[in-house]
Amino acid sequence: MLSYIVRRILQAIPSLIGISIITFILLHIVPGNPVRILLGQHYTPQRAAALAQSLGLNKPLYMQYLIWLWNILHGNLGYSYNYTEPVTYLIGHALPNTLSLVLIATIFAQLFAMLIGTVQAYFENTIADHIITVLNYFFYSMPSFWLGILMVMFFSIQLHWFPSGGVVNPQDPNPGFWDWLHHLILPAATLTLVTLAGYSRYMRSSVRETLLMDYVRTARAKGLRESQVLWRHVLRNSILPQITLFGLSFPALFAGALFIEEIFNYPGMGLLYWNAVGTLDYPVLLGVTMFLGALTIIGNLLADILYSLVDPRISLESMS
Amino acid sequence: MTARLGVPAARKKGGKGVVTETQVANSAGEPRVQATKWRTWKRFWRYPLSSIGVIGMVLLFAFCFVGPLLYHVSPTQGDFTALLQPPSAKHPLGTDDAGHDVLARMMVGGQASLEVGFLSALVAMAFGTLYGMVSALAGGWVDIVLMRIVDILLSIPSIFILLFLNATFKPNVGLMIFVLAATSWLGVSRIVRGEVLKIKNETYVEAALLAGVRTWRLMTKYLVPNFIGTVLVTTTFAVADSILSIAGLSFLGLGLPPPAPNWGADLSAAMNYIFQNAWWLIYPPGILILCSQLFVNFIGDGLRHALETRTD
Repeated sequence: MLSYIVRRILQAIPSLIGISIITFILLHIVPGNPVRILLGQHYTPQRAAALAQSLGLNKPLYMQYLIWLWNILHGNLGYSYNYTEPVTYLIGHALPNTLSLVLIATIFAQLFAMLIGTVQAYFENTIADHIITVLNYFFYSMPSFWLGILMVMFFSIQLHWFPSGGVVNPQDPNPGFWDWLHHLILPAATLTLVTLAGYSRYMRSSVRETLLMDYVRTARAKGLRESQVLWRHVLRNSILPQITLFGLSFPALFAGALFIEEIFNYPGMGLLYWNAVGTLDYPVLLGVTMFLGALTIIGNLLADILYSLVDPRISLESMS
Repeated sequence: MTARLGVPAARKKGGKGVVTETQVANSAGEPRVQATKWRTWKRFWRYPLSSIGVIGMVLLFAFCFVGPLLYHVSPTQGDFTALLQPPSAKHPLGTDDAGHDVLARMMVGGQASLEVGFLSALVAMAFGTLYGMVSALAGGWVDIVLMRIVDILLSIPSIFILLFLNATFKPNVGLMIFVLAATSWLGVSRIVRGEVLKIKNETYVEAALLAGVRTWRLMTKYLVPNFIGTVLVTTTFAVADSILSIAGLSFLGLGLPPPAPNWGADLSAAMNYIFQNAWWLIYPPGILILCSQLFVNFIGDGLRHALETRTD
């Protein structure tokens, strides 16, 4: 078990290095001098010389990459020239917001997907199954940004139930937990709905396949109540592909979060990135790209480890 | 894989040492072309959503490409006497804030989306297939390295790369196709590699290699026809993704350069008027994007049901 985890972590390291290489390449495909690119309108000859010195631009390319990597590992992602703050500071403020949005959305999406997928599989080919399938297609095909706009139109403008933007009420001097939650509900609900539609299809086919398995038949033959069969055998085996899917869906989740943060003006990584795109704030762009890539790889790693903890077959295979 | 002068025996029959679709060849590698293709075609149409998807896409294409020929209103010339009007007899879907007719904008707006969507998916399919085949056939270190590159690129959410590239290079239609294909080919390559790894060890491939088939011929005549079904399904879903990406990028202001109308850009502009309840600006682009996704997904699911036959 432990050897599997260690091996998996070691496998992740080249991927993380790969991400840094990709970001380095991105910096260099932008037309123009990297120093000019990273300084933007704060360009002065002195600053340019200092930056060139610290980036080692007079050295061969592989040395530049190593200096770049060294900087990253020391937490130096550069300075945003839009905000004149270190990129790490900006990411540090934006990340908790995005993480809360993404984590809440994915947890609820998983839970609801398990529920809906199981219901669909148990009531296969009934009216309920068909209706849910239609709704599923509908939300699966719905563009997340349009859904966000519709949610704002309906829940915020017409019903005045929820605010239409921001993370806390800017006029409130002491925003508390409930205010934060109040602001989070609409964005999270939107992200949950679009993610849920994708997950529940997989859950449905997974539960369907599990229900055909011999061990389910055995469990029923033993005389277990259906609820016991469901809980002890069906669900535990059906969620395994879900865990892998969860790991693989991180990029899509962050992408969805970008649109939603833009619509709801929610100050997370997505909005940070989009604002940086508008002004071509390259240090922020590269820093966020690198960070999200690393986050995805770590997320996949955690999902794999979780999978190995849940499925004893994985660690047994690796031991043999 | 030697390139020798020998001609595989199957060729002498004038046909095809080819086995199509996912039906496994019998051990002599004899073709059962007609039967399996026809059966797959029939299975596709028997799935109810497939027909809806195909008809829907045809209608959508007609709306976008034939529509402007019949509805002679300019989407880019504003009528300044009728700004932000709800639907009326003169403007069936109303006008936007610069007096453009919304219906005309919807029609022309779809052209670029559909074009770029389909073409970028095709380019991605071609490149991804080649990459996956080469990786699987080469094996060993080459395979590991090539697939690692794919994994790493997949870790970065594509929208971020797309935004970066679009902001830096401000692409036109051609470059946009390339940029979108650059983020879609990854999934295809993984799937192709998996399929080729499965096929690589089949008897008929071994026989072909013993007969001295050249690499290119091996790829096109023996490998591709056997996984083309799965790739086609993936490509169909890639079309949906591309159309959504273009709409999303335009929504964020980084799609094709103006004044070309685009569903996403129109939706973004409509956001300024939600407080005025300008529903005719908000629903049409969204519904059109939704429909494009829905129909392509129907077709993709239909293809998947038709091609993934299991003998159990």
